Amino acid sequence: MNDSDPRTTTPLLEVSDLKTYFRTERGTVKAVDGVSFSLQRGQSLGIVGESGSGKTVLSRSIMGLLGRTNLIREGSIKFNGQELMGLSVKEMRSIWGQEMSMIFQDPMTSLNPVMKIGRQIAEPLMLHLGMNKSEARLTAEKLLTDVRIPEPQRRLNQYPHELSGGMRQRVMIAIALACGPTLLFADEPTTALDVTVQAEILHLINEQRVDRNMSLILVTHNIGVVAGNTDVIAVMYGGKIVEKAPTKTLFSSYKMPYTEALMRSIPKLRQASHTRLATIPGRPPDMVNPPLGCNFAPRCAYARPKCLVEEPGLTVTENPEHVYACFYPVGSPEYHERKLELSQRSDLLSTGGQN
Amino acid sequence: MAGTGKAHLRNSPDVLLSVNDLVVEFPVARTGLKVNAVSGISFDVIKGETLGIVGESGCGKSTTGRAIMQLPAPTSGSIDFNGQELTTLSKDEMRDARTKIQMIFQDPISSLNPRRKVRDIVLEPLLVWKRGTQEERDILVNRILEDVGIDPQRAAESYPHQFSGGQCQRISIARSLVLDPQMIICDEPVSALDVSVQAQVINLLENLKAKYGLTLIFIAHDLAVVKSISDRVLVMYLGKMCELASSDDLYARPSHPYTNILVDSIPEPDPEVIYAPTAVMGEPPSPINPPAGCRFNPRCPNVQDRCRVEEPEMREIAPAHFVACHNPLTY
Amino acid sequence: MSEETIIVSDSPDAEINAAIQKKIGWGFWLAISWVILITLLAILAPYLHLKDPRGYFIDIDGNGRPPYGPSFEHWFGTDKDARDIFARTLHGARISLIVGFSAISFGFLVGGTLGIIAGYFRGWLDKIISFTFIVLLSFPSLVLAIMLTALLNRSLFTISMILGILSIAPVGRLARASTLQFSDREFVLAARQIGASDSRIILRELLPNVVIPMSALALLGMAVAIVAEGGLAFLGLSVSQGITWGSLIQIGSDSATTLENAPWIAFFPILLLFLTVLSLNFAGDRLRSHLDVKESSL
Repeated sequence: MNDSDPRTTTPLLEVSDLKTYFRTERGTVKAVDGVSFSLQRGQSLGIVGESGSGKTVLSRSIMGLLGRTNLIREGSIKFNGQELMGLSVKEMRSIWGQEMSMIFQDPMTSLNPVMKIGRQIAEPLMLHLGMNKSEARLTAEKLLTDVRIPEPQRRLNQYPHELSGGMRQRVMIAIALACGPTLLFADEPTTALDVTVQAEILHLINEQRVDRNMSLILVTHNIGVVAGNTDVIAVMYGGKIVEKAPTKTLFSSYKMPYTEALMRSIPKLRQASHTRLATIPGRPPDMVNPPLGCNFAPRCAYARPKCLVEEPGLTVTENPEHVYACFYPVGSPEYHERKLELSQRSDLLSTGGQN
Repeated sequence: MAGTGKAHLRNSPDVLLSVNDLVVEFPVARTGLKVNAVSGISFDVIKGETLGIVGESGCGKSTTGRAIMQLPAPTSGSIDFNGQELTTLSKDEMRDARTKIQMIFQDPISSLNPRRKVRDIVLEPLLVWKRGTQEERDILVNRILEDVGIDPQRAAESYPHQFSGGQCQRISIARSLVLDPQMIICDEPVSALDVSVQAQVINLLENLKAKYGLTLIFIAHDLAVVKSISDRVLVMYLGKMCELASSDDLYARPSHPYTNILVDSIPEPDPEVIYAPTAVMGEPPSPINPPAGCRFNPRCPNVQDRCRVEEPEMREIAPAHFVACHNPLTY
Repeated sequence: MSEETIIVSDSPDAEINAAIQKKIGWGFWLAISWVILITLLAILAPYLHLKDPRGYFIDIDGNGRPPYGPSFEHWFGTDKDARDIFARTLHGARISLIVGFSAISFGFLVGGTLGIIAGYFRGWLDKIISFTFIVLLSFPSLVLAIMLTALLNRSLFTISMILGILSIAPVGRLARASTLQFSDREFVLAARQIGASDSRIILRELLPNVVIPMSALALLGMAVAIVAEGGLAFLGLSVSQGITWGSLIQIGSDSATTLENAPWIAFFPILLLFLTVLSLNFAGDRLRSHLDVKESSL
């Protein structure tokens, strides 16, 4: 956790009202629709959401990694005080790798299959940091040691297909760390890996973040993945941040019914087997024609008429770091009233079902 | 751990599927070597039961599922399904037997033909087997589509890519149901789905199991998911068995060091649980040249000399709790 | 289960792909329109009020000695024998297009079938078929064509067959490659486990998928066959009876003086050949890249 008061230091990354739309045949897809947040140096942020929530587009939009055709990108992205919006690809190139880098989901497709591991790590070092060949090779070896790859010297001469999935993801992390970035994006870095390897990779990313005083943005659909690994969590839904709070606060006192539903749909080890899992009815909004009011209202068990017509803004709780976008949050009188109704109705249903 | 043995097989008249000493090997092209995908495992499944099989990728869990279907046929071992030995059946007899056991695959989109309408995909098994009149087939397909939560009208007009991943998995499930099978083998059916969608598919499988009187084999690498749906769980490692127990028992008291590591490494949705890596795990060795003795010994935190030479057998360390380990964790 | 409808779930890349999915573009439709127009003109040539393609329109009094340049009377001009080039070019399209179409159809029938069989059954069958393709590809195709045309009678049928045989290997290899790719998909496994026979799997599951990338190749292949026929005709080795684009070009460029004094004789058949081949290539290429995008977002 970052203990310094965030209001007194300039944040490393400050995103304000970022919009990222795609023009398609069907109309304009509002993939990211007005997202604002800031991130301190050394802090880690988890972005959680279902597929289609815009979480992947958000991270790629911040990095400027989306193609230019049919793209509308508005708002402001300040990195170290510098405005990134409107920079050309050439100008971004000095930021990619050295200031920001990204780890992708599939380590197989993000490594070049016909290039030795050593060259893939050394190349950016020579290109960006002006190292000579032997310096770059030594640094590459050290990076592989940092990401806990056994026998780093031998690995430098291997090709990606000679490594296992977990090893490849470690190499990807080494490449991402090579030029000493201050902000690391990890987009579903463990989804393609086995459980045992998942935990190790998450641990490794987090350890390197602390060692190098980097900031981290971890994007995932699994709220369990971010639980032990981030300082702050932002829940995204329909292209917007619907709740953001320090991790412990979010887990102990979430306000959005959506966050609640997301947490309850995960099978937990401490539940007995055959426990019926909670699900979220309906499907995510069509981002070409998002609903009039709250994006989540059509699927929300606690929605009331107001939610369908008026869009809730972000409300700050007693903890200034905890914001949510809901008229009738978890814990409000309306929430309790509806919850009671729902439990009575399900009692009726279950007794009705038995007869 | 990771051993052989049959102490855990049950002698019950209700056993639907009994697998004995299953071995599956694949030749490695042009080397004369072979991949030991499954090396002598045995288990049984009782009617109406759900058996979960967990393990890392490459442990042979999917190969086991496919070997039961003879896709491809195992190298050796016997597979008794409802009193019928599947490994010695002729091609035609096996075609017939496959209608009783169906399979659902991991990738919901890849398992549906992208150029065929969804309703035709679900109808196909009935046409292959020329079952019923056209009217009967229509009624059955519509009923099953409704049971899995897909609108039959929309299914008749749409192609798989017009549905989401979770819906495609429902369509696969519908296809597996139309021949009225006794058993469904689910090979990682929810691994490719969002967590929130996983829950829906698991609930659906539970509902259908009750409604259609199914027996399930549920193969997955996610232990929390397996626990949620299974009655008994078999843990596999590098083609061998590690531990078999009722799912609540297994997770409450894992006695195999490998099971323990698996249970520990699940990301818990709880920020208070800080993950501390249990020793250096490393990665599974190659199944082409597996270690002697217990196959888990190079990664095992409790390894002893005996584990490097002698392969452990399954034994009962508590009622209905079996483990293949020389040095199990205290129960 | 009615309470649980579904949530979209795709990989993040699919999310982006779906968002930026492209249109096939007007260029494709323009190219296809040209191909359709030229095909219609070729089919309808005998019924249009064209001049007789074999007629001699000598008009010594009015225009002097042929060849005559383009005029209101002869849109594309005439050749040295005062034959109307416009009529001859449209009639020539008939044989050129028939050769192109039947050559590639033959290639598809034979090459496609062999390729799918090799890709589906694999094993020794695949080895034999793949080896045959390699042997076919190793022949220098022009030499093979010249050899065969020199030996055989040069009818429309034999020319089409020769070009068809040459297209077997490239078509077959594509069919084999995409069959290999699709038969690894789980829907093929799913079809096997419901008990479908091999022929049913090939016809119902694989063919509809394999045909799609092959249709793009068909357009490209037709262009290649038309050009190849032109090449043979230029060497005087194409269909002996009848007018083709290749033979028209050959007449128009038999000597440097002809090209210099009466460039229109060769120019108009070349223009039509060029536009048609360009359109076929362009349409095939657009179709292929369009289908690739669709494929990746599936």
